[in-house]
Amino acid sequence: MREIAKIIKNNLRIDGRKLLEYRNIEYKQGVIETAEGSAWVRAGNMEVLAGVKISIMEPYPDTPDEGALMVDTQLLPLSNPHFTGGPPDNATIEVARVIDRGLREGEAVDRKKLVIKEGEKVWAVSIDVIPLNYDGNLIDIGGIAAMLALMNTRLPELIDGKINYKKLTDKRLPIKHIPIPITVYKINGNYFVDPTDEEERVAEVRLTVTVLENGKICALQKGGYGTLTMKDIEEITAIAIEKSKELREKIFKSIGGE
Amino acid sequence: MGILVKERDIVTPGETLAEGLDYLPGQGTYRKEERIISKLVGIVNIDKKIIKVTPLSGKYLPKKGDLVIAKVIDITLNGWRLDINSPYSAMMLAKEATTRLVRKGEDLSRILDIGNYVLAKVKNVTSQNLVDLTMNEPELKKLSEGLIIRISPVKVPRVIGTRGSMVSMIKKETGCKIIVGQNGMVWIHGDEKGEVLAANAIRRIEKEAHINGLTEKIKEMLEKAKSKE
Amino acid sequence: MGYEKRIDGRGFKETRPIEAKVGVIEKADGSAYFKIGKTWAYAAVYGPRELLPKSMQNPKTGILRVNYNMLPFSGVGERVRPGPSRRSREISMVSEAALLPVLDLEAYPNTVVDVFIELPQTDAGSRAAGICAASMALADAGLEMKDLVGAIAVGKVDDKIVVDLQYEEEAYKEGEVADIPIAMIPSTGEITLLQMDGPIKREELIEAIKIAKDVIKDIVEIQRKAIKDKYKGMIQ
Repeated sequence: MREIAKIIKNNLRIDGRKLLEYRNIEYKQGVIETAEGSAWVRAGNMEVLAGVKISIMEPYPDTPDEGALMVDTQLLPLSNPHFTGGPPDNATIEVARVIDRGLREGEAVDRKKLVIKEGEKVWAVSIDVIPLNYDGNLIDIGGIAAMLALMNTRLPELIDGKINYKKLTDKRLPIKHIPIPITVYKINGNYFVDPTDEEERVAEVRLTVTVLENGKICALQKGGYGTLTMKDIEEITAIAIEKSKELREKIFKSIGGE
Repeated sequence: MGILVKERDIVTPGETLAEGLDYLPGQGTYRKEERIISKLVGIVNIDKKIIKVTPLSGKYLPKKGDLVIAKVIDITLNGWRLDINSPYSAMMLAKEATTRLVRKGEDLSRILDIGNYVLAKVKNVTSQNLVDLTMNEPELKKLSEGLIIRISPVKVPRVIGTRGSMVSMIKKETGCKIIVGQNGMVWIHGDEKGEVLAANAIRRIEKEAHINGLTEKIKEMLEKAKSKE
Repeated sequence: MGYEKRIDGRGFKETRPIEAKVGVIEKADGSAYFKIGKTWAYAAVYGPRELLPKSMQNPKTGILRVNYNMLPFSGVGERVRPGPSRRSREISMVSEAALLPVLDLEAYPNTVVDVFIELPQTDAGSRAAGICAASMALADAGLEMKDLVGAIAVGKVDDKIVVDLQYEEEAYKEGEVADIPIAMIPSTGEITLLQMDGPIKREELIEAIKIAKDVIKDIVEIQRKAIKDKYKGMIQ
């Protein structure tokens, strides 16, 4: 009697949504004053904070002409009874890396423009994506929050090559693209998006498809222990492109992101 | 001096409810010198001279004789361990689940498997809250179909209603069978639309548990939902 | 000279604006946030629930376990590395001690009540804010408590006793600074947390604690109102 699986099979979800319907998304930028950029996103009972901290580092030896971008997530035991705290488990690291890959491969930030002095000093952008209320679909909701936080970021003042965190300049991050991750889940042969925590736990397999403005796909990640067929991939990518358009329209259009 | 709160006021821990010795401290309160003080977030209930505070949240603590819905989470050598929506899990011996003789070494998962839900009664609770369940009464059984939802255990009396009035009304309006466990687990069985409708009605009762005329409001909601079809 | 005017123009005995809300974490048994100026603390309570490993269980009573943590972007300056630090461990422990005296967990032997305090944004006074949020969250979880616990940092900046120091006051360079976080049970006046960094005269310390007592009474009223606001919808 796995109740949720049964309901999904019959095209009905416990909260009344359709299978391919996202929860209503609310968002706000600039919510954390101690961060250089931030965003808050809420989808149903899923509530995520993303904060950007800026620092200076020596560039990686293989990319002396590029700044750095890294994404980290934490599943706080505050946010859900299933999380126990302690060092991040593999599933948490996967989420951070999938969001990271989407932003990196989709060139959300033009890293070549983050160079202060080539080979010596570059800006490093750290994004922490943290749910306060955990209720499923962190990759998509967290990916959107991370993007909104990047777009909200202002670089701090530099004094003699050192950061003055108390003063942010008007200089924004060089945003190049807005990649949107869409994760499609599968259960009993049905596809659905934006699962709640309970739905996520019963899904067999998922595919995250990160989509750019022009409909190109810039990153993929299959997750879960189930399998995908060729037909699944054809259908899921079509769903993802469609859904990414919808979310782009709803969220990013109004804030100048194309 | 005297009483400082009214019937149905919401109070918080540490709030003084009455001063002087005219009133007696009931459930959810304590006396300190001449004051009666709340120890809960709850609703004030004044019954003659006794001041009670009815909790608005909190966990289920099993009592002997409670009717509960439980979920099998493990199988042991001689029975099952069950989740009863409480800080404590419960045990049920094989002989409490069936009237027939259970042979030694028999595969108990054939009687009840992990993930199965049952309607059971609390047979015994020790001082350390070890809990034994039984199904050896006519109405107790395995629940094989339907929907299970969990609600706040302190709202169970509201969902049931005065002499079962609320739950009877929801059954009638949705055509579902419904059993409300004392532990806040609720079993709903009917057609799928009816199940979702009943679940939503119960969730709403949980949220608005103490408003006036709640039964009427829920009835209205269910009738409206049905007329939309 | 002396400290004539506070950096943000507040009165010496005045706190920064306070905002409190209860019921902010959907899946928690109890939750709240407490915001004082820029310092913002969330608290969630899970429990009483089964305590594992079994060797930690106490058959006579439930235990309280508090975990205080700053989010990576919660401080002005460098990113705060995730994971416990010596500072966060100490604060977790003293917060536990600040809250335990109002609780009675004897009805819940062998269990744990977990309190998670997370700070998305800080500007001094974070342990006091965390304790205020946690106290509301414990009440929201339906636990029996003899009272709420309120907390505030008081202190001395140069020659003045001040309430609710912000970060720039803690870092004041022209004179001595003492920072005194205090938690109290308002109905009895019992102090459940007391720490101090910095020099102060005995008389000034006593004066500061007396002032804290009055401020905490006001804070607890804000906590009570926030709790009632959450449950209002249930009766109207």
